[in-house]
Amino acid sequence: MIELDNVAYSYSGAAILSGVSLELAPGSFHFLTGPSGSGKTTFLKLCYGALRPTEGQVSIFGEDLAAMDRDAVAMARRRIGVVHQDCQFLDHLPLAENVALPLTVSGQASPEQADNLRELMTWVGLTEKYEALPPELSGGERQRAALARALILSPDVILADEPTGNVDWEMSQRLLRLLVELNRMGKTVMIATHDLMLIRAAKSLVNARNLRIAGGTLQAAGADL
Amino acid sequence: MNTLDRIKTLAARDAGADRVVPPAGFTVRLTLFTAAAMAFLTVFALALSMAAGRLATSWGEELARASTIRISAPEGQLAAQTAAVLRVLEQTPGVASARALSPEEQRALLEPWFGPDLPVESLPMPQLVELQETGDGYDADGLRLRLQAEAPGAVLDEHSRWRRPLVTAAGRLRLLGWAAIVLIGAATGAMVTLAANAALAANAQVIAVLRLVGATDGYIAGAFVRRFTLRTLAGAAAGTLIGLLALLIVPAGGDTGGILTGLRFAGLQWLWPLLVPPLAAVVAFFATELAARRVLGELA
Repeated sequence: MIELDNVAYSYSGAAILSGVSLELAPGSFHFLTGPSGSGKTTFLKLCYGALRPTEGQVSIFGEDLAAMDRDAVAMARRRIGVVHQDCQFLDHLPLAENVALPLTVSGQASPEQADNLRELMTWVGLTEKYEALPPELSGGERQRAALARALILSPDVILADEPTGNVDWEMSQRLLRLLVELNRMGKTVMIATHDLMLIRAAKSLVNARNLRIAGGTLQAAGADL
Repeated sequence: MNTLDRIKTLAARDAGADRVVPPAGFTVRLTLFTAAAMAFLTVFALALSMAAGRLATSWGEELARASTIRISAPEGQLAAQTAAVLRVLEQTPGVASARALSPEEQRALLEPWFGPDLPVESLPMPQLVELQETGDGYDADGLRLRLQAEAPGAVLDEHSRWRRPLVTAAGRLRLLGWAAIVLIGAATGAMVTLAANAALAANAQVIAVLRLVGATDGYIAGAFVRRFTLRTLAGAAAGTLIGLLALLIVPAGGDTGGILTGLRFAGLQWLWPLLVPPLAAVVAFFATELAARRVLGELA
């Protein structure tokens, strides 16, 4: 689905990542860990085409990212649900419209999709927050809303960047179970987190591959996880 | 997607696309004000251009075929010389008609300067003879020689001496009016570009969110383009309306009107200003489209 082949990324001359190779196979579940500033977000952005590698090759759904223009990347991104670290909503729109934003921008808004939106909002427990504006939501509600938005187009891949960063333990467990459930439905999931407790808690739920970024390189995580 | 397709898409896009861009911001007022002010000025420039055009046409056509002969002679010879002039004119090829102005007509010509009670009969007034030429015109030099021989006090004024520079000036004034309209259009485009740049820069976070959820550049640009185009249309419509109302309160000069009192439209010319709002919207469309494409490229 998404493949990185000997990828390097540097910014203003500073190497962030180097020699990174990974294949996100269909239905796989990955955890990506590493300290803050290690390059987890950069790695995810390379996976969904928000950044282009300075070296190596990124393939998204079989297409070489280097050969994709911005519109092609946008089209590919509709098959990738991204849960961003700080959620990133349009603060002037009610929550329901924010969650439905991928439908709006892809021209798929329809009564049938409105039913899907209701189901999704129920699934993430936000039925009471339809008309709420994003600044009025708690951290956990924002994270769940971001997850709902990432799923509204039924993407093949879900990339979550610190999805439990702003929530308590109970809420992080709930979000984890939602992501595991999606993986069981066939979605490819990658979660970038520095929360090792979360990764340990997932062991009993899913057979995940654990990776760590250290020194700008991608490694298999050790037994300490 | 070509420009026509983009315009069709813009016109057909649902209101949901508009909502993704926050509605507030100073660029709203800036665009509306700029469009209104520019449309107001365009209406005046258009009126000036058309008034100058009418004046040029009037001077060019009405005066081109008219000439005047002024006969200054001692009182005892005035009637004889007038008769001689009329006789010469009857025999001159290219002269369609000629007639001596009556004392009442001559008094009417002087009335604006000396009032209605001027005793014309008691003054040594020259006699004026008005002549109309045919389409082919007459030989002015030849006519002057004949008048010199038959009526020494007659002087031919064929109007062209003072008419030509006026017609030229009016024609240039018309061109200046059109040049002003072009400049106003360019200024409108520049102002809308600045406002669109400011709006795009202020909404960088919105653009990032839209990209995150799979919006294409065309979709994002379209949201801004549609907004700025409609704002410009609304502002220009208001400015045009105010401009037309302002023109209506300019006093009409009637037949004696010059460039100032004639600064308005005539007949079907009143329809011309209706083109100003849609043309302003077209300018805004292309200005915003270019600005959006450039800024989106920079933000990528």
